[in-house]
Amino acid sequence: MAHRHEVIVVGAGGAGLATALYAAREGADVAVVTKLYPTRSHTGAAQGGIGAALGNVEEDHWEWHMFDTVKGGDYLTDQDAAEVFAKEVIEAVLELEHMGLPFDRLPSGKIAQRRFGGHTKDWGKAPVHRAAHAADRTGHMILQTLYQQCVKHNITFYNEFHVTDVILEDGVAKGLVAYELATGELHLFQAKAIVIASGGFGRIYKVTSNAYTLTGDLQAILYRKGLPLEDMEFYQFHPTGLYPLGILLTEGARGEGGILRNALGERFMERYAPTIKDLAPRDMVARAMYLEVREGRGVGPKKDHVLLDLTHLPPEVIEKKLPDITEFSRIYLGVDPLKEPVPVMPTAHYAMGGIPTTLWGQVIRDENNTVVPGLYAAGEAACVSLHGANRLGTNSLGDLVVFGRRAGIHAARFAKDADYHELKADHLGESRERIERIKNSTGKEKVAVLRAELQQSMMDHASVFRTGELLTKQVDILKELMDRYRHISIDDKGEAYNTELVEALELGYLLEVSEALVHSALNRTESRGAHAREDYPERDDANWLKHTLAYKVADGKVTFRYKPVVLGRFEPKARTY
Amino acid sequence: MQVTLKILRFDPAKDQKPTWHTYQVEAEPWDRVLDLLHKVKWDQDGTLAFRRSCGHGICGSDAMLINGRNRLACKTLVKDLGNVITVEPIRGLPVEKDLIVDMEPFFAAYRAVKPYLINDEPPPARERLQSPEERERFDHGTKCILCASCTTSCPVFWVNGAYLGPAAIVQAHRFIFDSRDRGKRERFKALGSGSGVWRCRTAYNCTEACPREIPVTQLIEEVKRAILFDRF
Repeated sequence: MAHRHEVIVVGAGGAGLATALYAAREGADVAVVTKLYPTRSHTGAAQGGIGAALGNVEEDHWEWHMFDTVKGGDYLTDQDAAEVFAKEVIEAVLELEHMGLPFDRLPSGKIAQRRFGGHTKDWGKAPVHRAAHAADRTGHMILQTLYQQCVKHNITFYNEFHVTDVILEDGVAKGLVAYELATGELHLFQAKAIVIASGGFGRIYKVTSNAYTLTGDLQAILYRKGLPLEDMEFYQFHPTGLYPLGILLTEGARGEGGILRNALGERFMERYAPTIKDLAPRDMVARAMYLEVREGRGVGPKKDHVLLDLTHLPPEVIEKKLPDITEFSRIYLGVDPLKEPVPVMPTAHYAMGGIPTTLWGQVIRDENNTVVPGLYAAGEAACVSLHGANRLGTNSLGDLVVFGRRAGIHAARFAKDADYHELKADHLGESRERIERIKNSTGKEKVAVLRAELQQSMMDHASVFRTGELLTKQVDILKELMDRYRHISIDDKGEAYNTELVEALELGYLLEVSEALVHSALNRTESRGAHAREDYPERDDANWLKHTLAYKVADGKVTFRYKPVVLGRFEPKARTY
Repeated sequence: MQVTLKILRFDPAKDQKPTWHTYQVEAEPWDRVLDLLHKVKWDQDGTLAFRRSCGHGICGSDAMLINGRNRLACKTLVKDLGNVITVEPIRGLPVEKDLIVDMEPFFAAYRAVKPYLINDEPPPARERLQSPEERERFDHGTKCILCASCTTSCPVFWVNGAYLGPAAIVQAHRFIFDSRDRGKRERFKALGSGSGVWRCRTAYNCTEACPREIPVTQLIEEVKRAILFDRF
């Protein structure tokens, strides 16, 4: 079947819904293509808050938020993006409130705010109350509120449609191909503007806070087509994943006063970040936890994790402000956070890198910011680059509203002056062939086996600490896995709800984004933000104050170009907390 | 431990009606039922179809009838079920394949109650003010993840698919009792109709089924009362 919409958004998480909503408000005919049902997307798992300098609890300024974001990103953040963001996120939070988002309230009736990692007052002097929140369900509330507004605006949804191809002809984006899960049918979508908002790819790692469905589909599709992926070496591990599952426990727990302790009961963050301690940025806390374990101060029979201690907090603070994480701990571990500390270990959480864009979400193809006409990206799938080498907590929710809104407005205005394009070729063929090849294969390789090997090896060789040796090993492993991937076969040959086929396609995407990540990580011979090379422990501004653009040449072969970092207000300095 | 997992399966391309399939699975007491379904799908039979996404009770994808009760597969642990576990699709919605049901009727009921803030007054430059008490008044409903556990446990919904069902009424409650909302009369049209709240017979199944511990029956009763008092 064929469909036409002026603006088509891929993904129905926070970024996708914000994009769709603002494009619809601009008067465009908008459709959302999503591989899940709306409200199933992983924005709903975000907990702690959305940072904005509202100043409701104490003095705050957007300039402080901008500074924290740039410093948190280890100066790889583009400062024009950080400035736009820190200013506009204030308006964005107020607009969410006007849409009905049920923020927690202060006695004054204003939106309540809490402390969060790396968010400070007066240029780093002390933690500041900046994260606007709704208990520990802020992402859930954002996702629900944005979907409610999409219902109000009658936006068209194609639910459980998996995009298999983005149609680019002569460098112009013209449409999409998508596989309908219910029927097995391929659909052709024509659009004047396409916005990629399909989220991240935490499932390349064994331990992750990400949903099973976060497999980097669209990043991989564009990368295969020769478009670059930016700064893929920067992948964030969230310090407090529930051990051993990796389920997220919000940084808001430490914002409310929670403390990380090692086997000796020490508050070890005092040694790593003397000023803001447990509220240091995530990359630093995750490394500190790894080091504590490595030096033998880990907890448990395997001495392989640490503890998040909330027992000194008033029970009503835990029950009222952190109800969901309290429940997770009780259900999945049988540990009551009111009475005993919770076992935690870093969990793969967020891709700072992704599809490179301008400040209006336009996808670019090179270091000269050459725009791909009609193609946009927003949210975790994109790289603006707001988060630089390490994202601050709460800035992802801010990112998806601010830059989703910008992409939606720009895409709608672009579509108004554009026509639908003639398609020169049959674009369903490639997708059909790829699907049939998997379904008809009699190969001996199994999706679940290859995926488990990928996830374990990425964990071992390309996670929190990296070396040239381990990354080189992983380059070879990925090449081998890609070869074996050609020989996978599946049991399900059916048309309706063939979720096994979907998992096979997703594994292909996981391998592609892993390749971009590992090659970029091997290439960057310095340590910055979340990219910690033990063989190059120092930040090297002379050689590496620049963004990586990774281009696929062939399986196992990647070339690089570099884009300068947009500097400005804040000169790069040593990063201490 | 060894678990016997019985799954009610249906393939529209082959089967006239659903049939039970039995699998032996090696499990840990702290495994989620979702882990067992994955073990079957990944190690034994790749054709098994079910929905899942977040894996920890937030996205609402994997509501199923597990040992006779509606629950989320990712939030139900083996240790709480024993070594014989039955899994069926949630009831009252058409089964598409295995544990996957057609969610469209469920979302149509959701849309019918106008599940969005209605307030045409121009918003202030800053946030609308709301006291913590006013915010608390509608807190329960904000937790809903639209998993359909409540609606598909409701005996009235089983026999009358036109009934809006508990989930849609919970969503309506969330706005009716929000001090910022002005749209309750618009919502009362659907809620007060023949397929609205008066169908509820307070069976309490919905309250027991809710994985978010929302007192669903209580909220339905509060909506009934709001409609009644609005008439005087």
